[in-house]
Amino acid sequence: MNTPEFNGTCPIPIQQYPHVLMAHGGGGRLMHQLLERVFGRAFSNPILDTRHDSAQFSVAAGTLAMTTDSYVVRPLFFPGGDIGSMAIHGTVNDLAMSGARPLYLSCGFIIEEGLPMETLWRVVCSMRDAAQRCGVQIITGDTKVVDKGKGDGLFINTTGIGTIEHAHSISPKSVRPGDAVILSGDVGRHGMAIMAEREGLKFESTIESDSAPVHEPVLALLKAGIEVHCLRDLTRGGLASALNEIAESAGVKIAIEQKRIPVREDVHAACEMLGLDPLHVANEGRFAAFIPRKDASRAVELLQQHEVTSGAVLIGDVAEASAPLVTLKSAIGASRILDMPSGEQLPRIC
Amino acid sequence: MKFLDEYRDGELAQKLAREIHRVTTRPWRIMEVCGGQTHAIVKFGIDELLPKNITLIHGPGCPVCVTPLEVIDKALEIAARPEVIFTSFGDMLRVPGSTTDLLSVKAKGGDVRIVYSPLDAVKLAEQNPAKEVVFFGVGFETTAPATAMAVFQAAQKGLKNFSMLISHVLVPPAIEALMSSPNCRVQGFLAAGHVCTVMGYEEYPPLAEKYRVPIVVTGFEPLDILQGILMVVQQLETGRATVENQYARSVRREGNQPAQELIKKVFRVVPRKWRGVGEIPQSGLGLAEAYAAFDAEKKFGVADHRVEEPADCLAGLVLQGLKKPHECPAFGKRCTPEHPLGATMVSSEGACAAYYRYRRHESLETIGAP
Repeated sequence: MNTPEFNGTCPIPIQQYPHVLMAHGGGGRLMHQLLERVFGRAFSNPILDTRHDSAQFSVAAGTLAMTTDSYVVRPLFFPGGDIGSMAIHGTVNDLAMSGARPLYLSCGFIIEEGLPMETLWRVVCSMRDAAQRCGVQIITGDTKVVDKGKGDGLFINTTGIGTIEHAHSISPKSVRPGDAVILSGDVGRHGMAIMAEREGLKFESTIESDSAPVHEPVLALLKAGIEVHCLRDLTRGGLASALNEIAESAGVKIAIEQKRIPVREDVHAACEMLGLDPLHVANEGRFAAFIPRKDASRAVELLQQHEVTSGAVLIGDVAEASAPLVTLKSAIGASRILDMPSGEQLPRIC
Repeated sequence: MKFLDEYRDGELAQKLAREIHRVTTRPWRIMEVCGGQTHAIVKFGIDELLPKNITLIHGPGCPVCVTPLEVIDKALEIAARPEVIFTSFGDMLRVPGSTTDLLSVKAKGGDVRIVYSPLDAVKLAEQNPAKEVVFFGVGFETTAPATAMAVFQAAQKGLKNFSMLISHVLVPPAIEALMSSPNCRVQGFLAAGHVCTVMGYEEYPPLAEKYRVPIVVTGFEPLDILQGILMVVQQLETGRATVENQYARSVRREGNQPAQELIKKVFRVVPRKWRGVGEIPQSGLGLAEAYAAFDAEKKFGVADHRVEEPADCLAGLVLQGLKKPHECPAFGKRCTPEHPLGATMVSSEGACAAYYRYRRHESLETIGAP
């Protein structure tokens, strides 16, 4: 397979057009060139290479999982990742949250006219590398070019398909009183990395996004026979929103402890400065797992063996409740309700 | 985190809480003035550690929340103009005026931007000479020096395309307004540490004396607040009413004098409406005559715009401790965190919003009047 590297040895395959033009989406020669030389070359695999209108593939009999997500992050490149790697990791992680083994992705590109070809190529190379690391193939796709000013550089949609190879019912409805709540690592990094980059905030150290695929540790839990009740990635709205959604669906009380929730020093400092709560900030490589108490410490140990979940910790428990509720035991030992954020997280004046 | 974790120590917090329990013999009602303190109280659950007979009355919340409808409506009108880049602190963007908020103006094409300092707005004005850059200057005395500095620098640079919509408010007149109400039930105050860092606390002894209330200048971390409460209770229990400084690591009696001089130079004291509360005399800052050219209200012709605060909002009574949020007829119905009427619902830490969010699962009896 032809796998160009993105670095000094990864020349942009379309030299004569430094920017994406409307014609690159127009169905003619330029579009053909873009598809062949950029996407076809980077994502090459036997299914994609057949160049049908739809990809054809076989899967073993059983249950499939499917998910879709659109990526509109600005800036396109940020410490710890970029829109391309995020578009792979995010969709792979959504599949992982149902315990599925991710197999195939589609990707749709909406490109704003004038996007530097070099930028597109960097993103595409990053997607290719991320897909390889995740063991998934991009088998079909679409490209549209929109007028200058009608997009924000580049939007990407990915749809993922995976196979379910376990017999558990992994869903919020399966969460039971007596379950332990496991957090897969430190929280708040992605949101703060993006905010620092977007707003030009300078901190002593650069906060890196946690964007990473988490399907391997999840599959490891299932392989070890751990009865996984529910998994939820902690993207927009952060840990607080995820737990509230699950408490609501399952009709339970979730009680967690502030002290057990890892937040890196730099993230903590940035949050303090801007008046944000790390529990409300988005993550791109973190999830919460609901697992029967008896399996909890074994699950944590298993997760800790994988790099992306090496910071896994037990943060709380599920209990019966007359009304759904999430409570947080604060650093000084008092308890309070942990609510969903009302809207977008905005820096506070005081 | 250094300089923070020390003030969040669980054991020390419990120790202070035990001491508060030990010295408290009667019911007391204490108001924390600043939204930052309320935020810490709610975030750390500080009120849970207190004896049942100590009631914390949450103050008006943050200055964003007390900004009157009238001024927000002016902001919305200015921000929607095509020639304007409207800049604001982030949390102001979702505070609704009569009809909409700044986030919605942005969604409809207004150029509304979050800045972290008023000086960033001055920079924007320099970079965009063809645009009118407006900064929404809100805040207590804490942020007033930065706003003043922005106006001062803009004047020095001779910027003609920079102006400010000012809604700065002052703390001591608000305390005075609360206390002068014959029914006010507040018996002691935690004064706002950061306001006093700038202004010092020489304004407070006359208030403490006149209204016989202890006032303790207090910081924002859990241990600060617990210690501040302890100091207020000790005064109340022994019949004293003086001004004490818990936040000595930041606050000096005379405050930050260069900052005060700058405020005096750029601003003048004016009457100001508080959201849901009404007008409080001499409780705001407006631009001084010499800087009138930077007044966005005049520049965009919105100075005479008048909007009444909603009549069925009881924010003023809630702030005085005379009503509990759920006793308001609008609470949870016409007035919710998504569609707030008064300051106490706008602020996520305001008394009404805190009740709505954190206590809606409790029965009305358990959150009833003390």
